[in-house]
Amino acid sequence: MATGYESGMLWLIILAGGVGTYALRLSFVALFGRLDDVPAGVERALRFVPAAVLSALVVPQFVYADGALALSPANPELLAGALAAAVAWKTEDILATLVAGMAGLWLLTFLLG
Amino acid sequence: MVARQRTLRRKTKDDTLPTTYESVVSSPRADFLSGVRVAAPILLGIVPFGTVAGVAAVGVGMSALQAVGMSVVVFAGASQLAAIELVGRNAPATVVVLTVLVVNLRLVMYSASIAPYFQRQSAKWKAALSYLLTDQAYAVSLLEFESDEETSRRWYYLGVAVPLWVTWQAATIVGVLLGARLPSGWHLEFAVPLVFLAVLVPAVTDRATGAAAVVGGTTAVAANGLPYNLGLILAAVVGIGAGLAVESRSSTATDDEDETRSPESEDEEVA
Repeated sequence: MATGYESGMLWLIILAGGVGTYALRLSFVALFGRLDDVPAGVERALRFVPAAVLSALVVPQFVYADGALALSPANPELLAGALAAAVAWKTEDILATLVAGMAGLWLLTFLLG
Repeated sequence: MVARQRTLRRKTKDDTLPTTYESVVSSPRADFLSGVRVAAPILLGIVPFGTVAGVAAVGVGMSALQAVGMSVVVFAGASQLAAIELVGRNAPATVVVLTVLVVNLRLVMYSASIAPYFQRQSAKWKAALSYLLTDQAYAVSLLEFESDEETSRRWYYLGVAVPLWVTWQAATIVGVLLGARLPSGWHLEFAVPLVFLAVLVPAVTDRATGAAAVVGGTTAVAANGLPYNLGLILAAVVGIGAGLAVESRSSTATDDEDETRSPESEDEEVA
């Protein structure tokens, strides 16, 4: 199996993403002295990046099935996702969340046939 | 026999001398090792995350070399998984790169927060230490730097960050090897949102971050059909706006009580 990209293009994506990410990491470490602090407004906005971004990554995966909205109990990924969310909330543990979600999905796909 | 005992004893005494010295005045080695000790339990947590990154990368058709290359070059889990998903959907290359950067924006916050402690490092060391900056390395090191003035910044940080790096790469390789062998009926792609979920939940700490999550998630669902897969970027912007709106409303309501809270402490666990 291959992706829809030329191999060179994929490497370019990896490189550009890596260089950009590195620049974000280095930014204030390198600039310290010239620019001591993130402007207050920017800092306030950055605080919400993880919650907004991660949620945007998670929710569509749970509520879409085969490209269509599927907000019903017949969608095993929605139920397994809800179960995993409960476990994540209780344990805050990656492995426990993974195990609960995957086991839930396997069981539900088996039951719903 | 007696002579041997004496040399033995003397040897022991000589050996313990530098150790005692180390525990009084911190040495690079001792600081590195105390970093390693604190990082050890965190390593366990990132193994499944890294493994999923490897499995997912080969799952969308990336080569083993590209999968591991991404872990080395980008070295930021959540953004890697987001990129892999977009690659699987054939999103435009610019959107993939932009998404990686949006997911990693929080690193700017860490960079600013840890910068004063790296101020006296040479430019070369600053460059090297920055490459290793992750959620976990940041959170653990900052805690130590704030409480202990004696510890060598560089070596303690490396003690935390280097094992994290090694574990991340090893876990990716395990994932690549596994991914090539796992049958598709196991729905392993579902592991990706599950990992995101596990890091999302601790990031929601108050009403404002909760609003950012709810609005970000809802927008992403509504914008799923957006051309060029721009949905995530739009959802991030709208979600952040919602968080800011709720925060400013509640801070006026509670007489600016929220303003004193440190923004860094909120997202320590996000990877």
